Amino acid sequence: MAVLLTKESKVICQGFTGAQGTFHSERAIDYNTNIVGGVTPEKGGTKHLNVPVFNTVAEAKKKTGCNASGVFVPPPFAADAILEAVEAELDLVVCITDGIPTSDMQRVKREMKGCQTRLVGPNCPGVLTPGVGKIGIIPGHICKPGRIGVVSRSGTLSYESAVQTAELGQSTIIGIGGDPVNGTNFVDALELFLDDDETDGIVLIGEIGGTAEIDGAEFIKSWSGKIKKPVAAFVAGAAAPKGRKLGHAGAIVNSGAETADAKKEALKSAGVTVADTITTIGDAMRKAMKI
Amino acid sequence: MDIHEYQAKQLLSKFGVNVPPGEVVYQTHEAENIVSWLNEDKIVVKAQVHAGGRGKAGGIKVCSGDEQVVKTVDKMIGMKIITPQTSESGKTVRRVYLEKGYDVQKELYLCITIDRETGGNTIIYSRKGGVNIEEVSEKTPNEIHNMKIAPGSDLLTHHARTIVYNLGLKGAVAKKAQKNILSVYKAFVSLDAAMIEINPFAITKNEDVVILDCKASFDDNALYRQRIVAEMKDENEYDPLELEAARHDLNYVKLDGNIGLMVNGAGLSMATMDIIKYYGGEAANFMDVAGAATPERVAAAFKLIYKDPDVQGILINIFGGMMRCNDIATGLVNASKEVGLNKPLVVRLEGTNVDIGKEILINSGFPIKPVDTMEQAAQDVVKMVEENQ
Repeated sequence: MAVLLTKESKVICQGFTGAQGTFHSERAIDYNTNIVGGVTPEKGGTKHLNVPVFNTVAEAKKKTGCNASGVFVPPPFAADAILEAVEAELDLVVCITDGIPTSDMQRVKREMKGCQTRLVGPNCPGVLTPGVGKIGIIPGHICKPGRIGVVSRSGTLSYESAVQTAELGQSTIIGIGGDPVNGTNFVDALELFLDDDETDGIVLIGEIGGTAEIDGAEFIKSWSGKIKKPVAAFVAGAAAPKGRKLGHAGAIVNSGAETADAKKEALKSAGVTVADTITTIGDAMRKAMKI
Repeated sequence: MDIHEYQAKQLLSKFGVNVPPGEVVYQTHEAENIVSWLNEDKIVVKAQVHAGGRGKAGGIKVCSGDEQVVKTVDKMIGMKIITPQTSESGKTVRRVYLEKGYDVQKELYLCITIDRETGGNTIIYSRKGGVNIEEVSEKTPNEIHNMKIAPGSDLLTHHARTIVYNLGLKGAVAKKAQKNILSVYKAFVSLDAAMIEINPFAITKNEDVVILDCKASFDDNALYRQRIVAEMKDENEYDPLELEAARHDLNYVKLDGNIGLMVNGAGLSMATMDIIKYYGGEAANFMDVAGAATPERVAAAFKLIYKDPDVQGILINIFGGMMRCNDIATGLVNASKEVGLNKPLVVRLEGTNVDIGKEILINSGFPIKPVDTMEQAAQDVVKMVEENQ
């Protein structure tokens, strides 16, 4: 039954009537996602894309029974929108917005401590379960139903991974985003895929900066003796100059452990098949699965 | 966004941090007044550039006497600072900071930054501060301490107390250090900083606590609500192409190689740099055409890369997603006409209408080579640039 986004999911969009919210909700509806409504303050009671608009998430939940949300709200208001969805006790909040101040996300992290809602993102392409639906901006046509779970910090590299694993198909694609402070991390996503009956192999796409990939590698190491699934990985940024920030990827190399090489080594030592270039990630997955 | 040392000190002093008296100068003659105003036996003359390792590159001089200060300032203005953190050509000094010099007893290290592991902030500190801190962290990592503050929580007095004890401070000095650390943390949070590094965090012979050097960078995403910080941006510190890119809302970083890159997505852009290096080439830039890769944005980005005199060949790698490749191809051909393209251009497009897009490129009459895969694109552009040399 795939992860995060399933046939039972009832999805709303926050920032529904804005340009981004509208454009991507249209595509999500085309992809047969069960979009039950949207939220835009002051526009409650109207209809947009043939579904109802609500003023608040709580109201949307009461009227539609929604349990998941995609956040397309502009950066200064996005953290508040996430917390609104958390307070309404949705199961899943996927925040696409890029450019949220880090200290706002620190606040979100504090408020979400110990709560049941799962946050994916921000600054991410979202979640897509082929044949079921999507929350976010991942192009539906490049994804095929199948048994590979993809988790990536980068949006476009998750698309590359989907194309390269087209023959095998994907169970779910999760873009966790590149911001320094975010929700779901590699370990969370690996746990989800490990417990999922419909996932046979996992593609992990990391970047320089932070230590989430190292944590992922440690977690994979701890599987020994338990049911294990083959993992293939790529880490972008081997050619990036030290100490310079490249774009919004949040990719700052601060210490030795945060370089692409150190991360690749950690993953290799955990038994992961590591691709030298992004163009061989499909081959690496097949090799890891011995097919 | 980075700011200069003197600007960081101005900001920190507003939060009660003890910074040395000092003033910035842009021209030599301004130094004379500053020297008499400071009225100190020892004055430190410091080049203001956004790069670490200035001291070893001749950007920090301790002077005594008016004449020596003025002479040093005169030499420093206009000089190039080349350190491991600058590009090969270095950075030109346009501002010089004059501040009181101290007799220092101990050089400690203190840095606050975002902790990606916990989502909170972390304070990194050491008894072994000074210019060799990188060596210390490499050779004796046990000398580097770490205090993690939970996301959204304050630095409390007991945290600061623990830090000063671990720094080996006692009595009145410990109290002063503790107060300064709390103030720096307050500044960090209030100003949406991404990093504040104080090295050295100095203890003077007179048992005073003073911050002698300071680097600060700020969260770009929060500048809209930090106007005082945003106005400190020194455009001279940026490559002109980087500034132009920022105006077009493109993520661009100038690098040292000769293959110009235009890619959509930061991850894919990095992966493209990686694959070029894998095949023996080197990227002239990082470029993420953030947001939708519309024909207009693609054309603007292309013209920008083309302007870079270091670029001897260009690789375009666009994963169209929602965009139609024929539109992107048309945008590229129009931009090629405008610049009179005469450098090798390899294009890999993925997405809707990719075949029509390729045909447009082939029939353009320009040296544009469409390829099917990223692998081939990288191999081809590296080879073409080599052959041209």
